[in-house]
Amino acid sequence: MTDLTLPKTAARSSDEAAAAKRARMDLISAVVRYSLLFGVGFLMLYPLIWLVGASFKTNSEIFAGAGFLPESPTVEGYVQGWQTSTPYTFGRFFWNSFLIILPKVIGTAISCTMVAYAFARFEFPLKKVLFGSVIAVLLLPNVVTRIPQYILFRDLGWLDSFLPLWVPSALAGDAFFVFMLVQFLRSLPTDMEEAARVDGANSLQTLIFIVVPMLGPALVSVCLFQFMWTMNDFLGPLIYISSVDKYPVSLALKLSIDTTEAFEWNRILAMSVLTITPALVVFFAAQRYFIEGISAGGRKG
Amino acid sequence: MRSQRFLGYAYLTPYLIGLVIFTAIPFLTSLYLSFTSYDLMSSPQWTGLSNYERLFTRDRTFDKSLTVTLIYVFSTVPLKLAFALFIAAILNYKLKFINFFRTAFYVPSILGGSIAIAVLWRYLFSAEGLVNMAIGAVGFAPVDWFGDPTNALFTITLLRCWQFGSAMVIFLAALQSIDKSLYEAASIDGAGKVTTFFFVTLPLLTPVIFFNLVMQMVQAFQEFNGPYIITQGGPLKSTYLLPLYIYEEAFKKFNMGYASAIAWVLFAIIMVLTLVAFWSSKKWVYYAGDKRS
Repeated sequence: MTDLTLPKTAARSSDEAAAAKRARMDLISAVVRYSLLFGVGFLMLYPLIWLVGASFKTNSEIFAGAGFLPESPTVEGYVQGWQTSTPYTFGRFFWNSFLIILPKVIGTAISCTMVAYAFARFEFPLKKVLFGSVIAVLLLPNVVTRIPQYILFRDLGWLDSFLPLWVPSALAGDAFFVFMLVQFLRSLPTDMEEAARVDGANSLQTLIFIVVPMLGPALVSVCLFQFMWTMNDFLGPLIYISSVDKYPVSLALKLSIDTTEAFEWNRILAMSVLTITPALVVFFAAQRYFIEGISAGGRKG
Repeated sequence: MRSQRFLGYAYLTPYLIGLVIFTAIPFLTSLYLSFTSYDLMSSPQWTGLSNYERLFTRDRTFDKSLTVTLIYVFSTVPLKLAFALFIAAILNYKLKFINFFRTAFYVPSILGGSIAIAVLWRYLFSAEGLVNMAIGAVGFAPVDWFGDPTNALFTITLLRCWQFGSAMVIFLAALQSIDKSLYEAASIDGAGKVTTFFFVTLPLLTPVIFFNLVMQMVQAFQEFNGPYIITQGGPLKSTYLLPLYIYEEAFKKFNMGYASAIAWVLFAIIMVLTLVAFWSSKKWVYYAGDKRS
């Protein structure tokens, strides 16, 4: 009997030792993992935290130390930066950005929904080729079409207006969004739509009353990304907008670097904080849609 | 069925108009313009291959710009993706605060393309900026970030890598969708963590690696804001990426023909690399669904 039980207990104690060892290893690896994540997170976010702190510093204090808390907080940078060296305040530039963004987002949402609906729910000749063209447009570098587009907009008399920034997007020009919505729509069941059709709804009614509500979260992602990208867009306005009174914030910020003698850093940093604030607010209010949107875009289709 | 044929096209109309007017025609027009001399004032003059001949034989700015662009893309994309995958793999364990970390790491991707961040970068790496202060605090001599050609390009590369969050989120979503029973099977077979990562996880991630690789490459070749704001292409054209060169030729000097030729060379490079990626993907990208069917 003893001969039989002995190995068992030995095995159990070695099991326990292994378990203890595993627990220790898990603890070590958890510590390593968390310190790594916190370290990386700190490195990633410190420049942003510092930026916010520095925007309340005086110009001389900005170069005095690496800490982010200002010694004697001042809003001088904001007050002076807001005035700009132009006849306009930053309020004007924010308004211009808003005027560019709103029609662009609405146009994108409507046109991309229609196009995605066509690809996901209808059969028509050349469908495969045309969907292939969506992928091609997605991968086509803008740099190759930019010059002729500029010439086209010049011939149409659209230069120095917001039309070159609105119209291509309103014609489903951002293939990424079409692709994203098609992927999302294909994953949705069609029985609701069929029920609506049986009840006599035509395809447009089905689109508006059945498909659009189901597309909700994906459509929100589309709008948020378009908002963000348009807010950050610099090259588009740089090429097409030439009057200062039509400048969006991205161009205005560039202008304030160029015109500020010897870099009044506190003004520039203060205005930088203001220009990223809308994007940050929108992101934190709706981050779920960003994360889901970007993950959906990466899924294999 | 017959009316459906028209219906599909009806909903497709905006896209078709946009495709023809803003993509297809400009695409062909720019190819045509690349064989001309065109200053926007008089009509384009056909000059045959002379733009391309000048590019490849006499234009030293182009040589420099092309070299810098290739160095930039081939250093930035692998660095960014490796880092994104590394962080995603760490986040994939059962961790507390996973949402907090995911959000924190994603914030730079939201803001990274903006002019504000390029401005911040310009300060961070300036002679008396935050980075040199931090280096000084640890006891090292300050680095001349914008005066030295290699360092200047490195700051632009870092700005891209800082925005690893969007690629990371895609990796993380893919990692979380991997069937847990595969890991159990690997562990029963005695595979360690590293072996499991390289022989189970990595093959299953190849579709998203491929997706990220192509998208990041196409984007990196078109980087403009960073070098335009932070370094203005300098010093000694060490950050003068091709999009900057094209922009200046086209919209500063109005050499539309020559700028189109540069754009087409850039496009050809991107296209060839994309095709190589697609072609080679048959050999290294593993689609679980395809094998089953």
